[in-house]
Amino acid sequence: MTYLKRSPWIIHYDASSCNGCDIEVLACLTPMYDVERFGIVNTGNPKHADIFVVTGSINEQNREVVKNIYEQMPDPKVVVAVGICAASGGVFRECYNVSGGIDKIIPVDVYVPGCAARPESIIDGIVKSLSILEEKRTKMNSPAAKKDTQSGGIQ
Amino acid sequence: MMSPVYGLIYILLAPIAGGLVAGIDRKITARMQGRVGPPLLQPFYDVGKLFEKENLVVTRSQDLYALCYLVFMLVAGALFFAGGDLLLVIFAFTLSHIFLVLGAYASSSPYSFIGAERELIQIIAYEPMIILSAVGMYMVTASFFVSDIVVSSIPIVLYLPGVFIGFLMVLTIKLRKSPFDLSTSHHAHQEIVKGVTTEFTGPNLGKIEIAHWYEYVFLLGFIFLFFAFSLPIALLAIVVAYFLEILIDNTFSRVKWQFTLKSAWIIAGMLGLINLAVLYYLSGGLQA
Amino acid sequence: MIELAFLILFPAIVAFLLLAFKNGQVRNVVVKIAAGLIGLATIILLITYFSSGLVLFSVHLETAAEIMFVISLLIAGFILYLGIKQRKYLAVILVTIQTLMFIGIEGWLAKDVQQVSNLFIDQFSLIMAAIVGIIGTLICVYALAYMETYHAHHPEIPDRQNVFFFMVFVFLAAMFGLIFSNNLLWVYFFWEITTLASFILIGYSKTAESTNNAFLALEMNLLGGIAFAGAIIYLLIADPTGSFLGIEQLLSSGQALALVPAVLISFAGITKAALMPFSSWLVGAMVAPTPVSALLHSSTMVKAGVYIIVRFAPVLSGTTEGLIIGLVGGFTFLLGSAIAISQSNAKKVLAYSTIANLGLIVACAGVGTYKLVWAAILLIIFHAIAKSLLFLCVGTVEHQIGSRNIEDMSGLIVRMPKVAVMMLVGIAGMFLAPFGMLISKWVAIEAFIEAQFGLIFVAILAFGGSITVFFWSKWMGKIISVDPHVTREADTLKSEKRIVLYILAGLTVLICLIFPLISSSLIEPFVLSVYGQTARLSQDNIIIMAMMLFLLMIMPFSMLLPRNGARKVPPYMGGRPASSDMKFLGSMGVTRDVTLSNYYLNDLFGESRLLMAGTALGFGLILLAMIVLVGMIL
Repeated sequence: MTYLKRSPWIIHYDASSCNGCDIEVLACLTPMYDVERFGIVNTGNPKHADIFVVTGSINEQNREVVKNIYEQMPDPKVVVAVGICAASGGVFRECYNVSGGIDKIIPVDVYVPGCAARPESIIDGIVKSLSILEEKRTKMNSPAAKKDTQSGGIQ
Repeated sequence: MMSPVYGLIYILLAPIAGGLVAGIDRKITARMQGRVGPPLLQPFYDVGKLFEKENLVVTRSQDLYALCYLVFMLVAGALFFAGGDLLLVIFAFTLSHIFLVLGAYASSSPYSFIGAERELIQIIAYEPMIILSAVGMYMVTASFFVSDIVVSSIPIVLYLPGVFIGFLMVLTIKLRKSPFDLSTSHHAHQEIVKGVTTEFTGPNLGKIEIAHWYEYVFLLGFIFLFFAFSLPIALLAIVVAYFLEILIDNTFSRVKWQFTLKSAWIIAGMLGLINLAVLYYLSGGLQA
Repeated sequence: MIELAFLILFPAIVAFLLLAFKNGQVRNVVVKIAAGLIGLATIILLITYFSSGLVLFSVHLETAAEIMFVISLLIAGFILYLGIKQRKYLAVILVTIQTLMFIGIEGWLAKDVQQVSNLFIDQFSLIMAAIVGIIGTLICVYALAYMETYHAHHPEIPDRQNVFFFMVFVFLAAMFGLIFSNNLLWVYFFWEITTLASFILIGYSKTAESTNNAFLALEMNLLGGIAFAGAIIYLLIADPTGSFLGIEQLLSSGQALALVPAVLISFAGITKAALMPFSSWLVGAMVAPTPVSALLHSSTMVKAGVYIIVRFAPVLSGTTEGLIIGLVGGFTFLLGSAIAISQSNAKKVLAYSTIANLGLIVACAGVGTYKLVWAAILLIIFHAIAKSLLFLCVGTVEHQIGSRNIEDMSGLIVRMPKVAVMMLVGIAGMFLAPFGMLISKWVAIEAFIEAQFGLIFVAILAFGGSITVFFWSKWMGKIISVDPHVTREADTLKSEKRIVLYILAGLTVLICLIFPLISSSLIEPFVLSVYGQTARLSQDNIIIMAMMLFLLMIMPFSMLLPRNGARKVPPYMGGRPASSDMKFLGSMGVTRDVTLSNYYLNDLFGESRLLMAGTALGFGLILLAMIVLVGMIL
């Protein structure tokens, strides 16, 4: 029995998104979708969060920020890249300042496609990430793997 | 007569009751907003999860302060339910909050630093009214001991209507309900991130959450004292009062600290003091 | 008897020795030995008179009276000379009036005085003697090391350490004299000596600021002295044989006669204890070297003021005048605490907190029921210990970091861990739950409810008490915040300083454990003998508080428990990359520093505004008391 799956707290970061996906992320909190049904809370503080929801692509300005937020999250943690920009850079991929999807900087566990991603698929992605979260917890607690997860996964 | 047994029962059962109260709170809040809301046991899941998480600290002393907060909250509550001296209970209660504030200061984080300052402002806003409530109960029952107040057959609330309203007002501050959720908030949108709790993660945050549950039960117990003459009325009063708090929480937006401080003091000064003064002169001094 | 004489005379003799020898080495030895002897004598005194209750000593000393007269005239002449030289004409006028009154008393009125018991001792004197004899001497020892560093830091100030220690020991002698004297003429003499000593000590550095502040203190205390002299004149007119000049005799003579002198002397006490209209001298006195502040504001000078008011509490009890004096104290407590919020200078915070606590003591004494007198004496004890510890800690920190600003004490727990912990103990002793000051405030709340018009004071305590939580907590917060800019500093603390600080910190904790003993063996018998009934804390509560104290002491050891992997990360800076030395990446690639500063709430608790209110309130209340008094005399 694990509590992790029943209480995923998210932090949402808008990395140079066009705001389309962000509106959809926020829509998940509205009475229409009400993600609090699953115990999901939008904390706004990486130190309390379990799931890092990123929209938009990596550029020079937010590269450090994304990395910083990820580092400040306590283990176990997962990253959900929402929208096609977060997955690969989308239509901005060829822009002079865009380096690509979120996975250029931090390891991404779930990709939610769409432009913009629909609330249903965002919720689906987050629920999918829960089992990965659980997996990571088991790994974290097994003595052999303890060292790996402690380092946070970034070099 | 003090009875440690009740204190022990409090220590064992209050987290369960407090967690349920928090769960009901979230459920009712969700319904008021037209949502389904989380399961009733969600607070327990949350805290269970927090203890599964990694502990991130800025400085190791944060562990100590979080633990002290919980321990002294327990002391204050246990003392209250064991029937101890009400003033001592209030002072122990303040002591535990000072530890929370110190924990926030210790991390040198801008957000928790401002949260700590605001928490202190909240403490000075509500403390006079809580002390005046204790004084009012003494004036009615001639005892500061909870064990004496609780067996008194006098309908305390009828003597202290102003004090009771003042107490409800500071209860909103104490429960960190909007419009007075200045220092930290259970809701998402907060200009200082999570205020005092920003730098507490995992197990430390879990301890703080449990301390909050203890605090809920203690504060609801305080409401009980006003209605101690009749158990059903008291329970009804607690339910109504808490419902009122949830309603206020969902209808008001956050105010500035200036308003919090001034309004709490004015209400305490006006309602509380005038109530006590009237009582004082009606009874012709005190039946010492 | 011999102990009393020793405690009064010995410090005086040592003082002249110290004045004569300018050699630092000799001074070092003399001060330490003298401090040890005075401390020892105090302890012997405690043991000897522990259970003897009130003892009066009939000392026939015609010569003593003459010597006092001559010394008083010399002092007056000295002040007159300085006043004219510095063009402080207010001081000149006041000292002239006072001298004339004094000559009048000695020359005409006191001719037929047949005072038999000039000295006395009871439990209250014993407590005060313990405070002066133990804390006062500890401060002297601390001052040895402090003054050396002080002059090294301030080469522009002339080294007059012989005068400094002369005055400090004169001060101790005067304090002992003051608390052991039964004869009001003697009390008055020692009272004036403390005024003079504080004047010289405050003006020690001889800068324009310190001279001005010293004269401010002098003028206010002289004003009180005039009231004191007035009280003596009143008593001598009432009975030229001076049968009411003894404090004991006066107290037992009933309110009708004793009220007028009691109010006049309480006025003198209010000036000495720096209550609201006269608070500015105490704040100004902070220019003096820190041991002076510690001596003046924790254990001696101001305690003389509250001592005399508590002495006369039974007379004030239940009267309009007593209520007004209590109100002066109460408002001083409220406003003093509030002003402390807006101060960032640590010594000023301590000064205002001192003023506030003295106000609380006077509030207790002014209303003067037996429970309140009990609470007042407890307050005197706890305040003396915790406050002297805090002053000395601030002095130590100031020498180390070169600032007395609380904002600069950020991360003190890392820089100077030992001093920081002692400072925390001192601060906790001032306002937190199982510690001393809070016990007294709690008892005071319970006692005020039963007193006449007590509700006003309960409200003052409820609001004032919570205000104190604010300024102490934010100071604590600054000390314990782990500021990555700072590193541990080299431990250059002199052993004298260290030992004194350890002893005081130990006493702060110890006194919370043994105060029931002090209460039952000293305070309760005293209150019982004065009022016929006494207060005490219930057994249950004492046990609970001892348990809380124990819990507080063992909690830090939880840090030693093995913990599995708490990972350290920098604080959250809104997602901006932050490094562990509190820098974060701003826009355009600029690295920025984080600075954190406390709230001072100047709009609400600004010094000038509240001080004006306090002065107006204080003057108004004192004027009212005077009108009532004049009405009564006529």
